Amino acid sequence: MTQTISNEGEATAGGGAALPRDRQRVIKRHSLVVRLTHWVNVLCLTMLLMSGLQIFNARPQLDFGNKTDFDHPPASISSSEVDGQQHGFVQIGSFKIDTTGILGISYVDGEPTERGFPAWATLPSEQDLATGRSIHFVFAWLFVANGLIYLISGFISRHFSRDLAPSKYQWRHIGRSILEHARLRFPRGEEARQYNILQKLTYFLVVFVLLPVLVLAGWTMSPGLDAKFPLLLDVFGGRQTARSIHFIAAFGVVLFVLVHIALVLVSGVFNNMRSMITGWYDIGREEGTHG
Amino acid sequence: MAERSTTRRTLLIRGAAAFGAFSLSGCDRIIQSKFAHKAFANVDALNRTTQEAILDQAALAPEYTRDDLSQLFYANGSTDPDDADYKKMVGERFASYKLVVDGLVEHPQQLSLAELRALPTRTQITRHDCVEGWSCIGEWTGTPLAGVLDRAVLKSAARYVLFHCFDTMDDGDLSGPTPFYGSIDLAAARHPQTILAYEMNGEPLPVKYGAPLRVRVERQLGYKMTKYIKRIELVDDFSKFGKGKGGYWEDNGYQWYAGI
Repeated sequence: MTQTISNEGEATAGGGAALPRDRQRVIKRHSLVVRLTHWVNVLCLTMLLMSGLQIFNARPQLDFGNKTDFDHPPASISSSEVDGQQHGFVQIGSFKIDTTGILGISYVDGEPTERGFPAWATLPSEQDLATGRSIHFVFAWLFVANGLIYLISGFISRHFSRDLAPSKYQWRHIGRSILEHARLRFPRGEEARQYNILQKLTYFLVVFVLLPVLVLAGWTMSPGLDAKFPLLLDVFGGRQTARSIHFIAAFGVVLFVLVHIALVLVSGVFNNMRSMITGWYDIGREEGTHG
Repeated sequence: MAERSTTRRTLLIRGAAAFGAFSLSGCDRIIQSKFAHKAFANVDALNRTTQEAILDQAALAPEYTRDDLSQLFYANGSTDPDDADYKKMVGERFASYKLVVDGLVEHPQQLSLAELRALPTRTQITRHDCVEGWSCIGEWTGTPLAGVLDRAVLKSAARYVLFHCFDTMDDGDLSGPTPFYGSIDLAAARHPQTILAYEMNGEPLPVKYGAPLRVRVERQLGYKMTKYIKRIELVDDFSKFGKGKGGYWEDNGYQWYAGI
């Protein structure tokens, strides 16, 4: 996969004049399939999250088991009047916090409005469960199709075994990797030819655990699929637990994306963006040889 | 000159406002486009085709025990129709109620509650999943819809079971309240768990839950389980009813197929 680009590597490295041995610094990091499925995923996950929050707003509470507890929900977003003013609250068990302005009560054209998540976070922006569901299904199909293309191609091309499975060497040095990461120091040179172990483990968890759980928990909410695959209900512990897991997993993805974007920004935004658009990635010079 | 600069400024302001409106509601505008609605209709059909391919008639919705019954069974949509003819019937405990079965059938039927109760019965404790996200568990007793259809003998052109109801939805439509209606296809109608329920949790069906008769379509969401059924009409096509989408909720944007 390693290829040489003459000059361009030096031109984009941002450093001074490059030595001849630096000519192999720019490598093909991401295959076309990975790049395409990545950006389709960005679109799908954004639309799924925002339409999902719209759907959630129709009943902004989370339950366990098969039944909804209307009187004492385990977790909920609600609103009530305090001193003649509408306030929004998030309540989880006995913990309750005032979230007026964002959750429970938010402003639509300056008017305090009763909503779980605010208009700017949902699709459509106004309360419209029917359209929210339609959007959710369009992008759910696209997301699953996109994911299948990524998975099949990843197994056939040995992308997963080659690029996502940590090496023995990496396992032995995981402690050092964590320390380096915490200092926001990222591998350069030869070591940057592959993902570091924390990247590998994170991507592995997202691709093979978090996203599949999210999809399966979504399917468990379908009364049709529950009739055919009652095992889904047993695995997730009931339709309402599945709904809660779907919600929590979605925010797991949000958390991943936030950290992912932050690391893209601090570890060389131009180089990272170029590699996910064109495939070319500058691995940089070895530690200690630059400066 | 002054006039011209005002015009230019107005244009700029208008342009900025238009840009702002677009970037703020850009997504909303795409959603309202014809293209989006076509995509939504296609995905509704895709959901239906996929689930119909997976789901055979033998696949039953999970059934629960009396210990699982919801203490509070939530109710949505109409919960107390105030239409005069319905109110009168509630007063006389539906003594004069006759379910009409007609349309594309060989033998139109008129069945009183006593006659419906005399037909084969089925009792099932099932989970009711609302499109809003909540679930409740209730016990339903009624007669399988398949048997009622067999009594009426369907003509070969019949494709959908259309439910006409006592309740009307006052949704601000200027032409007056909208009559509630719903529809399912013959596969859903003939599923063994699809019953015309006249009892809930061992009691005559309360008004809140659709007295005197509601349909249970256990492998779909609650909004397909039409309450306050007055008449069952067998049709080949539902496009000439209401706004043509097959039901009150469907006319308001909800998917016709609600197995998901």
